[in-house]
Amino acid sequence: MYGQELGATQRDGIEAGTEELEAAFQARIDNNERIEPKDWMPEHYRKTLIRMMGQHAHSEIVGQLPEGNWITRAPTLERKQILLAKVQDEAGHGLYLYSAAETLGVTRDDLTEQLLSGKMKYSSIFNYPTLNWADIGAVGWLVDGAAIMNQVPLQRTSYGPYSRAMIRICKEESFHQRQGFDIMRKMANGTPEQREMAQDALNRFWYPSLMMFGPSDKESVHSDQSMKWRIKINTNDELRQKFVDQTVPQAEFLGLSVPDDKLAWNEEKGGYDFSEPDWNEFFQVIKGNGPCNEERIEARRKAWDDGAWFRDALTAHAEKQAQRRGEGVLQAAE
Amino acid sequence: MSKDWPLWEIFIRGQHGLNHRHVGSLHAPDAEMAMNHARDVYTRRKEGVSIWVVKSVDITASSPSEKGPLFDPAESKTYRHPTFYDIPDEVGHM
Ligand SMILES: [Fe+2]
Ligand SMILES: [Fe+2]
Repeated sequence: MYGQELGATQRDGIEAGTEELEAAFQARIDNNERIEPKDWMPEHYRKTLIRMMGQHAHSEIVGQLPEGNWITRAPTLERKQILLAKVQDEAGHGLYLYSAAETLGVTRDDLTEQLLSGKMKYSSIFNYPTLNWADIGAVGWLVDGAAIMNQVPLQRTSYGPYSRAMIRICKEESFHQRQGFDIMRKMANGTPEQREMAQDALNRFWYPSLMMFGPSDKESVHSDQSMKWRIKINTNDELRQKFVDQTVPQAEFLGLSVPDDKLAWNEEKGGYDFSEPDWNEFFQVIKGNGPCNEERIEARRKAWDDGAWFRDALTAHAEKQAQRRGEGVLQAAE
Repeated sequence: MSKDWPLWEIFIRGQHGLNHRHVGSLHAPDAEMAMNHARDVYTRRKEGVSIWVVKSVDITASSPSEKGPLFDPAESKTYRHPTFYDIPDEVGHM
């Protein structure tokens, strides 16, 4: 979902003689087995996974920017420590996912270049600005909340390295949502101005959060194959529904109102009816026309370019040390 | 960018004297930096008391096609498990 299931390639032509392999491959997946890096896999499976994991990794990394924006201005030292720890976790999540993608034969530098050139996407949500401290609460509560909704089922995905990365990420993720909710709670119970800020943050982040699950199932073209391969577990609409059902009572608890007149409990389906986000806006943001697209990529490019001398210097230092040791063996044991 | 940093595999021993376990991988220019990164990435919540870092290229892995020859022979050797043997109840715990 951080990949938002966009830009899939068409199904590759079946190479001669691979039909049997594909059948055996599908049987393993149906049998709940994990596919590991050295196992045979259809080329299209590999490519789809690289796209998914790459977009997911980019989202973790770019996602640090809107929150990083408020680290130096956190209202207390404790909030600052918490936000720092949270943003540091996201860097780790990016690393886990890049590493998992690398097992499929791409390099992290390739993926980074494709992000910077705009060839690969990241979640649309990170193209929205964080205007004030309440937004940091809303991001943790809603954005990390939506991410968790998607990531929990992906722990059972068919590709071993992806599944293991998801398990690790999920362990770290729930603190993210809680710290955000905690900020919202503090503000919702604060001065009238603070409550207004909290409401305003919810107003602005509600629909962009719903967009995180990707387009409606009616328009999501390539769900079928991905679900067969168990690299997608639930449909976009299923997850969106779950998210709304979970989040509305939390908003009520906060005394905040969800910005949707059509929101109503539907006894029959056992869930809320709600308005869809403006899909036109979504596709505009994905195309690069969101409020912060340029700023985000520019920040990533600057970090990459400005860090080049440092990466090179560390490589040069490592090479020099190795030479001095006469190409000595690097020791690792206790 | 001139050169990719090599990939390292990270192994961590948890709190209770268990074996080091593979936890993931990362890029670093050398072992010292790999160790620093491993600490930052994989032990932020007291996950371990000891770290090993090993260059990925130094690991030799069995290939999936060898799975049969390597592991199937063990299948028929059930006598290697204690459950293979019937111990009469009167004998008690063994
Ligand atoms: Fe994350
Ligand atoms: Fe998070």
